[in-house]
Amino acid sequence: MSFLLACPNCGPRDVNEFHCQGEVTIRPKASPSRRELSEYLYFRRNVAGVQREWWYHRMGCEAWFLAERDTRTNEVLSTELPE
Amino acid sequence: MRLDPRPGERIDRSEPIRFTFEGKLVEGFAGDTIGSALYAGGRRVFSRSFKYHRPRGLLCCSGACPNCMMEVDGVPNVRVCVAPAHEGAVVKAQNVRGSLERDLMAATDKFGGPFTPVGFYYRTMIRPRAAWPLFEKFLRSAAGLGTIDKHARRTGRYDVEHRHADVLVIGGGSAGLEAARAAAASGEHVVVVDENAPRGDAPGGLELLAPATALGIYEGGLVPVAAGRILYKVRAKRIVVATGALEQPVIFPGNDLVGIVLPEAVRRLVHDFSIRPGEKAVVLAADDDALAIADDLRDAGTQVLEVVDLRNGPHRISASGTKGRLNGVGVEGVRYNCDLVVASGGRQPAYSLLAQAGATVAYDEGRGVFVPRDLPANVEAVGSVTGEGTGSIAPAKTLLGDKTFVCLCEDVTEKDVKRAIAEGFDSIELAKRYTTVTMGPCQGRLCHLASVRMYARETKQGEDAIGTTTARPPWSPVELGLLAGRPHEPGKRTSIHHRHKEAGATMMWTGSWRRPHSYGDPAAEARAVHESAGLIDVSTLGKLVVRGPEAAVFLERIYPNRFADLKPGRIRYAVLGTDGGRIMDDGTVARIDDETFYVTTTSTGAEGVIEWFEWWNAIWKLDLSIVDVTGAVAAVNLAGPQARELLGPLTDVDLAPDAFKYLDAKQGKVAGVPTLLLRIGFVGELGYELHFPSPHGETVWDALAATGATPFGLEPQRILRLEKMHVLIGQDTDSESNALEASMPWIVKFEKDEFVGKWALEHVQERGMRDRLVGFEMQNGSVPPEGGAVVRDGRLAGRVTSARFSEQLGRAIGLAWVPEELAVEDADITLRVSAGLERAKVRLRPFFDPEGERLRS
Repeated sequence: MSFLLACPNCGPRDVNEFHCQGEVTIRPKASPSRRELSEYLYFRRNVAGVQREWWYHRMGCEAWFLAERDTRTNEVLSTELPE
Repeated sequence: MRLDPRPGERIDRSEPIRFTFEGKLVEGFAGDTIGSALYAGGRRVFSRSFKYHRPRGLLCCSGACPNCMMEVDGVPNVRVCVAPAHEGAVVKAQNVRGSLERDLMAATDKFGGPFTPVGFYYRTMIRPRAAWPLFEKFLRSAAGLGTIDKHARRTGRYDVEHRHADVLVIGGGSAGLEAARAAAASGEHVVVVDENAPRGDAPGGLELLAPATALGIYEGGLVPVAAGRILYKVRAKRIVVATGALEQPVIFPGNDLVGIVLPEAVRRLVHDFSIRPGEKAVVLAADDDALAIADDLRDAGTQVLEVVDLRNGPHRISASGTKGRLNGVGVEGVRYNCDLVVASGGRQPAYSLLAQAGATVAYDEGRGVFVPRDLPANVEAVGSVTGEGTGSIAPAKTLLGDKTFVCLCEDVTEKDVKRAIAEGFDSIELAKRYTTVTMGPCQGRLCHLASVRMYARETKQGEDAIGTTTARPPWSPVELGLLAGRPHEPGKRTSIHHRHKEAGATMMWTGSWRRPHSYGDPAAEARAVHESAGLIDVSTLGKLVVRGPEAAVFLERIYPNRFADLKPGRIRYAVLGTDGGRIMDDGTVARIDDETFYVTTTSTGAEGVIEWFEWWNAIWKLDLSIVDVTGAVAAVNLAGPQARELLGPLTDVDLAPDAFKYLDAKQGKVAGVPTLLLRIGFVGELGYELHFPSPHGETVWDALAATGATPFGLEPQRILRLEKMHVLIGQDTDSESNALEASMPWIVKFEKDEFVGKWALEHVQERGMRDRLVGFEMQNGSVPPEGGAVVRDGRLAGRVTSARFSEQLGRAIGLAWVPEELAVEDADITLRVSAGLERAKVRLRPFFDPEGERLRS
């Protein structure tokens, strides 16, 4: 991987400065069933297409932000701080 | 051989350069390459070929072909035709047993032919199986190019530099420079990369990287450029590829003989180095530029016997030689006695970088070459790489003899290619892997086009249907040191590092930290902690300040145990877990005041914990800040029965047992340095962990050492921790371990409404424990290996994670994962030690001072 990613604080930077935490998941609100829990913990949509994911600017401002990335092309469509 | 001085020559005759080749002195001038100096001195054989060990000489003289690779100053596979000559260089031939002139391995050429056809290693030497070790030994020594000096020491550093430009131009030929100048004229920052040092002054207004090689075009338009010991990572808004075209060899019997060269070799030898390439020459060429080489030859005093335009119909050509050196060439039945044949089958666009960038490559029927099409955004091509002015002739239909080479790197002949097709390898990608054509050092520069055209003809398909093989980086060979570069995350040393070195500590890595393993006698160091006092540098612990009105709420939610009720000035052990209930890290949390918590993590876990904290708070958005003070704060732990009396005189803090209790945190001065004192005892004795500003590391350490406390390293610490049955995260736990099964159920407060990992731990509790982390005591004295097996009924039932001999206890002790039903005090377990099985007893309470009286004293 060598694409650029625009950190909302620092601007476009080499992807190696970041850590990708993977697609955004929805954490269950109340006590989940075993099935709901394992789906939240272990199952991912793993889309071939645009995915919303968490990124951390490890070698920069150390902020977490959200990016929309096309997993097929690594084109980053947008980045934003979590609202 | 050297001509009289000529205008424009690159050599500086006023500056002689002397180096050795195979121990013999070679003289050249500044500006010479090692290859040109050798050639000027009369050397013609430069290497022995990969498989058949045939003599090979300069062919391209431009760093493209494999023919001149030698070992220079211990570095193998250096292309000496482009490697600058330098004073004192030690140059050796490679891939020979004996000398370039008499190579014992040349027998493979005479006798090996029938036994070493393409793909022979898939078919021969596989039977009898018993003989394989012998075959393997032979093959391993015969295969590969060059040898690596295993005792070589690093002679310098490799480094990475970043370059950001508006325009990157790859190739400094006329088309490339024209594009570069135009961009520079419009105010753009332009970087030009060229494989050759510039002739005369660098063009103005441009940043020139030369001699340097663009290794590829990667995702995001990243172009790594190798320039000596620096790898430039170039990012440009626009990339202009002007890599030109590659001269193609002519395929005919004997086409690998020493003395058969490409036109570029003549241009460089004559114009750059003022060398007469040969005495009598024949020119065989398929384009006007190449045909014009006859003028350069005459200019250099070479007699040109014949100039053959290969475009005028098919020609029957064959070359002959003695001892691998050309002595004549036959064209249409006419023989010419000569020592030089300049042969060019045309020029093929050097499209590889464009293909890597995403361009498609199509066959141009009219020109007989592959050309790039459909360039990706922000990538342009200029000059002959587009196909402009290029073209090639088809390889002759009827070739004679089996010494007709398609691929010089891997010694693949026309016969081999035909055989591979006959065996059914009719896809170019498969044929490539079977024949290894294009897989050698030239990476297809001189063989790809010819092999595709040969395939097209033999399989009666169009070249377009055959297609090309995938272009992948690196486009040119690159030294591994350049790829390794300098590490991004360098090793870390504490501010007390030098004191450890002075005390003779053996240092070891823990994550990116250097830490003392011991100061020479781990058992004695552990004994000192039990009997008097020991001193350990724990500056490597991760240290975070979590502060804000909602800091307590945050910690309460992220850790399984309670922190909301932690009183200011008190400390609690903390295990961090994931939502899957898995243990991530551990440490201590000290509450400094209502809104301020001082959190320590493991030495290797600091960065991960900060990231983890920040992530959860990006979701929760509680009112707090997290500051990493790991590097700013040094820490040492003074532990042992005498710790109080030794520390007393150095501090203004009242250390009396009633005033400063176990798990109290106090601020004061130690040796005059403002310090946070934490009374914790992870080594099982009365102990004070002192946290203070890093710059005072040596001051505080020296003051404590002067009291007579014995410095101890990680190894005695391992023993001491194990005596207390303290779990070492990452050693005794892995990514599957949870706090309940790791025997720390007291850390999990299910009564809390919410915490990270609560649901998963509830499920663990519901389903019951499967495995448990327990202590064990060996029945005899032997220490089982860490990672060793726990055996039950002859089957693997668990594993040992820590084991040490404790002098204090006089026994071998450890921690192991065992099935839940064996997690009972005094249960018998069997462990594998060396070849045999040894008995051990399960222990659930600390081996040493189980009531913790000593650390509370």
